[in-house]
Amino acid sequence: MTEGIIRRLTQCIGVLLLMSLLVFFGVYAIGDPMAVLIHPQADQIQIAEASKRLGLDRPVWEQYFVYVANLFRGDFGTSFVYNEPSLKVILQRLPATFELVLCSFVIAIFVGIPLGLFAGLRPQTASSRLIMSGSIFGFSVPSFWIGLMLIMVFAVEMGWLPSGGRGPTSRYFGIDLSLFSLDGLKHLILPAVNLGLVLLATVIRLTQSGTREVLTMDYIKFVRAKGLSNRRILRVHVLRNVLIPVVTILGLEFGNLIAFSVVTESVFAWPGIGKMLINSINNLDRPVVVAYLLLVVVIFTVSNLVVDILCSVLDPRIAITKSKA
Amino acid sequence: MTAGSDQSAIGTASTPAPERPWRRFLSNFVENKVAVGALVFFLVTFLLAILAPWISPQDPFDLIQINIMDNRLPPGSPAMDGYVYWLGTDDQGRDMLSAILYGLRISLFVGGTSIVISLVLGAFFGLIAAYFGGRVDSLIMRIVDIQLSFPAILVAVILISIMGRGVDKVIIAIVVAKWAYFARTIRSTAMVECNKEYIEAAIGLAISRLRVISLHLLPNSVAPLIVVAAIQTAHAISLEATLSFLGIGLPITQPSLGLLIANGFEYMLSGKYWISFYPGLALMVTIVSINIVGDHLRDVLNPRRQQ
Repeated sequence: MTEGIIRRLTQCIGVLLLMSLLVFFGVYAIGDPMAVLIHPQADQIQIAEASKRLGLDRPVWEQYFVYVANLFRGDFGTSFVYNEPSLKVILQRLPATFELVLCSFVIAIFVGIPLGLFAGLRPQTASSRLIMSGSIFGFSVPSFWIGLMLIMVFAVEMGWLPSGGRGPTSRYFGIDLSLFSLDGLKHLILPAVNLGLVLLATVIRLTQSGTREVLTMDYIKFVRAKGLSNRRILRVHVLRNVLIPVVTILGLEFGNLIAFSVVTESVFAWPGIGKMLINSINNLDRPVVVAYLLLVVVIFTVSNLVVDILCSVLDPRIAITKSKA
Repeated sequence: MTAGSDQSAIGTASTPAPERPWRRFLSNFVENKVAVGALVFFLVTFLLAILAPWISPQDPFDLIQINIMDNRLPPGSPAMDGYVYWLGTDDQGRDMLSAILYGLRISLFVGGTSIVISLVLGAFFGLIAAYFGGRVDSLIMRIVDIQLSFPAILVAVILISIMGRGVDKVIIAIVVAKWAYFARTIRSTAMVECNKEYIEAAIGLAISRLRVISLHLLPNSVAPLIVVAAIQTAHAISLEATLSFLGIGLPITQPSLGLLIANGFEYMLSGKYWISFYPGLALMVTIVSINIVGDHLRDVLNPRRQQ
């Protein structure tokens, strides 16, 4: 167990180093930042001075080491556009993204598990079939298109909900949240549904197949023979066993949702880190792009690691050594 | 149709002669009417896309044929010269139907090309991993594992932010995001095949390694790749559309469906829905039909089904 965790940790560090190399040489070393940074009429001496000041006159590998050393001090470089530390630029927008991801999770869990259970318990009924084919739909249709349709129906045609942006926020524990006002919630519903749809479809399918499998088990027949009420069988014996893979997937999907928020935030003009990334790519704001990519890779690797460890704690049959990054 | 499949079912029961695999595959496939319909629909879409320059009412790249006065007309409006814009026009006065046919062409080209390249690369590395085993195998599979743990959209965004936009760059990004699925799939089949006697015999005959891999191992482990390829093609088209919609995919000179949707997005809020609705509808039905075919292929090709 401990050996497995240590092995995974070293693997994670390896992935992060590799990513920092790739991203640094990809985004930083290709192209000339001086062309973006300095005034077009600057002469050779000014350019030389500026590149000396930024450390750009040193060999590439030295620049990389300086960059990595700065990373450990929490210095991700300064944004060209905002003229602020890029980490700060990202952290300012992180709460909005987390809020969105959290709401998508809530929707996926509280809608997906009941629907999946229903479809698993009565697989032959028309409504179950509708749920299952609907979930295929949620998988295959591009997420940005569903977002557009949501806007078209609920914002433009019906006029019930705002088409984009974030509602008024209020400060709780030093974090700006829009969860606690009606207008804020109204702004949140469409993006959260959009972002959560793929996860919702996954949860429905997993719960459905899990339920169908568990129902055929001997222990279900046994508790039935024992005369337990249906409700108790469902809650204690079925649901618990069904939930194990669902919880695993929810953990793994956390990073996915953050990555996918790039799409949803762009559609709904949600001021989170995903929309910021697209703006920064278009503005050639390299330090912010690099910082975002590194941060998301870290979030990803850490959440995968935590899920793996939790799974092997919950179910000792799962060995931690054989695992993904 | 129903009568035909019933007869073939009776035929299987009464004749003990072994069915040819292709025939069995076909008769299994036509069982599902929805999948057949989806396949026919996709083939028609594919044909329409290929024939776009000959069948579309207008060439969206030819400025002479476009009348700027006809901009943002709703579906069904007549043009000045009597021609009817069945799906409306966009902000430049281009006929949406023609734009969609041309866009479909670009989307299918980018998706298809990137999947073919991923398939070749994935098959190559997967076979090498399975055949040589040991260190080569664990190195390749470790890379595959790491890559598959990140979602395709993240991999693609990372690469695009390094390389910039462009048709070739989007294809590269999709290939890098997708090859691992093929490598993993073919490796697991090839591992099983490698233990069979005909591979041993081929090696025993002192045939060159290249020949063993390409003429014996490859043909026998390629079947499961078909399913993966079908489903991943849908993903690739969707991924390209997403990147283009975000403005980091194809350049504006290659208006794929994703770019058409992005182009109409700003007008959607003012109720001019058709500029992005119809391209999106075309994108959606294409992707869904490929997915239905792929899903059904997986069911039909599943070895457990043929008991």
